[in-house]
Amino acid sequence: MVGITSYGGYIPRYRLSRMVVVQNMAWYFPVIMAVAGGEKSVANWDEDAVSMAVAAARDCMTNKDRKALDALYLASTTLPFADRLNSGIVAAALNMREEDVTNADFTSCTKSATTAALSALDAIESGNKDSVLVTATDLRTTKMATMFEMFYGDGAAALLFGKDDVIAEFKGSYSVNCDFVDHYRGQGKTFDYGWEERWMRDEGYGKIIPQAVAGFLKKTGMKIEEFDKVVYPCYFSRTHRDIAKKLGVDAEKVQDNMHNVCGDTGTAHPFVMLVTALEGAKPGDKILVASFGQGCDVLAFEVTDKIKDYKAPVGIKGSLANRVELSSYQKFTKFRDLIIADLGIRGEQSVNTSLTALWRDRKMVLGMVGSKCNKCGTPQFPTMPVCVNPDCWSSHDFEDYEFSNVGCKVGMYTGDMLSASVDPPAIYGLVEFEGGGKAFVDFTDCSLDQVKVGMPAKMSFRKRNYDKERGFTGYFWKAVPQIGGGE
Amino acid sequence: MGCSKFGERWNDGPEELMVEAFEECLADAGIERKQIGAAWLGSCFDEVDVGKSALPASLALRLPNIAVTRVENFCASGTEAFRGAVYAVASGACDIALAIGVEKLKDIGYGGLPEFSSAMGTRNYLYFPNATAPGCFAMLATGYAAKYGLDMSDVKRAMAHVSVKSHANGVLNPKAHLRKAVTEEQVLNSPQIAYPLGLFDCCGVSDGSAAAIVTTPEIAKSLGKKDLVSVKALQLSLSNGTEMGYSDWDGAHFVTTTKASTEAYKEAGITNPREEISMMEVHDCFSITELVTMEDLHISERGQAPKDIMDGFYDMDGKIPCQVDGGLKCFGHPIGASGLRMLYEMYLQLHGRAGDRQLKDPKFGLTHNLGGFPMLNVCSIGIIGKYDG
Repeated sequence: MVGITSYGGYIPRYRLSRMVVVQNMAWYFPVIMAVAGGEKSVANWDEDAVSMAVAAARDCMTNKDRKALDALYLASTTLPFADRLNSGIVAAALNMREEDVTNADFTSCTKSATTAALSALDAIESGNKDSVLVTATDLRTTKMATMFEMFYGDGAAALLFGKDDVIAEFKGSYSVNCDFVDHYRGQGKTFDYGWEERWMRDEGYGKIIPQAVAGFLKKTGMKIEEFDKVVYPCYFSRTHRDIAKKLGVDAEKVQDNMHNVCGDTGTAHPFVMLVTALEGAKPGDKILVASFGQGCDVLAFEVTDKIKDYKAPVGIKGSLANRVELSSYQKFTKFRDLIIADLGIRGEQSVNTSLTALWRDRKMVLGMVGSKCNKCGTPQFPTMPVCVNPDCWSSHDFEDYEFSNVGCKVGMYTGDMLSASVDPPAIYGLVEFEGGGKAFVDFTDCSLDQVKVGMPAKMSFRKRNYDKERGFTGYFWKAVPQIGGGE
Repeated sequence: MGCSKFGERWNDGPEELMVEAFEECLADAGIERKQIGAAWLGSCFDEVDVGKSALPASLALRLPNIAVTRVENFCASGTEAFRGAVYAVASGACDIALAIGVEKLKDIGYGGLPEFSSAMGTRNYLYFPNATAPGCFAMLATGYAAKYGLDMSDVKRAMAHVSVKSHANGVLNPKAHLRKAVTEEQVLNSPQIAYPLGLFDCCGVSDGSAAAIVTTPEIAKSLGKKDLVSVKALQLSLSNGTEMGYSDWDGAHFVTTTKASTEAYKEAGITNPREEISMMEVHDCFSITELVTMEDLHISERGQAPKDIMDGFYDMDGKIPCQVDGGLKCFGHPIGASGLRMLYEMYLQLHGRAGDRQLKDPKFGLTHNLGGFPMLNVCSIGIIGKYDG
């Protein structure tokens, strides 16, 4: 049996009420008032498509062996590097093996998540691979006072495909590919360029998704009535409902487009919606999932008995529940670098990241891999040639020790108004890991008044710096204090 | 010894500052340039300051083509230069040696120390947090309050007293950068720089230079010098990663200061520092640093520094006056000069030349520098006193 063996999701904790956008920008473009309901998810200033993919991938791999992965596919239209394998960064963050593994980026189309999933399924069905992780993510920057700003949210999701412990069996697929350009983003451009909405709705979503589903049903001989959940994106909520009618699907079987809770997460959205469907699924449920973007992929799954034993991760449900209202529209626009606020001369420094040093220390920097002394057993970070334990000091006798999944607690900390930060104060401090080891790290996803010495914290892969001059994004791990206590 | 006026010396470059300190120093020693056998220059932020190598000192002071060595060890750079000169004389490598420290910080265009995220090395740049000096030291206050179960407002009050005292002392010092008394309320209400430190918990960022000429007692006497001041102890202790990477450090004390002070007292023959030390210039880069340091110097008991501070133990009229010249807080903190500036004040006090702030019959003066961060730092300690040989 081939299919989904695990799922994971990540919706950033900031939510921007669309009314806040309306209050700030409707004077400029009143049409946005038409979709003013609900809220959209907003990535923190130190997140991007890659860091969110890491969060979703880690969530998906919570109880799975990352060393057993044969491939990592990353789907997105907003990857930070045009030439550097972005999935390679995710793989390094997961501390995946580097030998006998295939990583690939599936990009430049919001349908690429399902295309990556089909590639994963092909590889597993052919017997070439046993375990493939597919992550989908998007953080689309939009112009202020646009419909895109209203519709789009940020998020990521991940699906693990394999043969063992399948929780949702793959039952077939069908794809339509056509150069329907409802919107595009040219090389070097920041923002999506969209065509007339009526055409996008009527000739795009409204025709191509039904066309692909019809093709799927014809190809497989399955009937639409067999499906308990039908999942497809479409941020025009009315069109989303209309498509169901065209497909002949009862409204209660249609997976909500999540406009109200996070907005459309682009490439990630078919996965985000599918994960949400799986979170509420029971054995025997049949799920049809479709994507949209220069065509449409349709995939069918049947939930197995194994889902009863499956230990659900945080998922989309959990990350939606981890919610903080972003009340300031200015903060949102600053986080997306849409407005210019002075960082001061201190913030002007342009340091060229050493690629040689990054290569040597890639495990440490990207994977938060420290070391554990083989002689005294002390876990330590950063990795150094000689053990940190003053009663040991043995040299070059370590094994790798991953800190990213080890729980920690906040030691000494501060909130620094002097350091150049997009979201001052810059909060940072020492964290002490369960079982030993410490690290001096930035904190994120918290406010200063919420942090206390001794509070539990978890590590999160984040954007550390962006070198505007050269276009390089640096990543490292930050501590997320578990406000209100640990798990 | 010599010391320039510290402050925002907008119209003077590092050359002017060095010459100002050097000429006073030379006159005080009563020697000529050509009698100097070797020299050490301490400076820290070479990128924005004098530049690399010891050439800037050799050039500015027109030293007679002698050996000049630049040393850099964060905030201990000045004391490090002094150590070089002292060791050279002690070893017999030369008869008379010069130590000069300088920092020209007010050429960067913004407040605080120069941005140093890239100054920590290529590897650290890949993962170090977005930290500044006040932020790093502010962490001590959270560590200290947590360790002793104190309310932050109580720690802040003791910290405020530290600053109030240093401001009061700075008023008396014509060479000090900041010469204005402040009240506890002003300190407590100052804008927050890094929780829980406010503006008045942070020392001045200044331009300045200080210098010392050292020699043996025999040569000093042959030059007609009287009332000699001698070095009783010079210790340096550096972190080795234990605080930052090993799990037994509480974040409420300096491992290095504890070690260096123990060694320094041993070297100086001091068995009860609380009774024997007459005065101190410690590294009060931030008020919390001074507070914690009092315990690491074995003068206040662990957890008792706030009480001693509030009791006035370290005030000008207290048992051990501390930051008599205003400290880093008010005299100012041109990094490379600071260690030598502290020694300069102790030297003046021992000579009875400290003017309005002269203490009565001091015997031992202690200086202390702490460079880096609480969990990764360089500590230097000097003890000087009247020569009794």
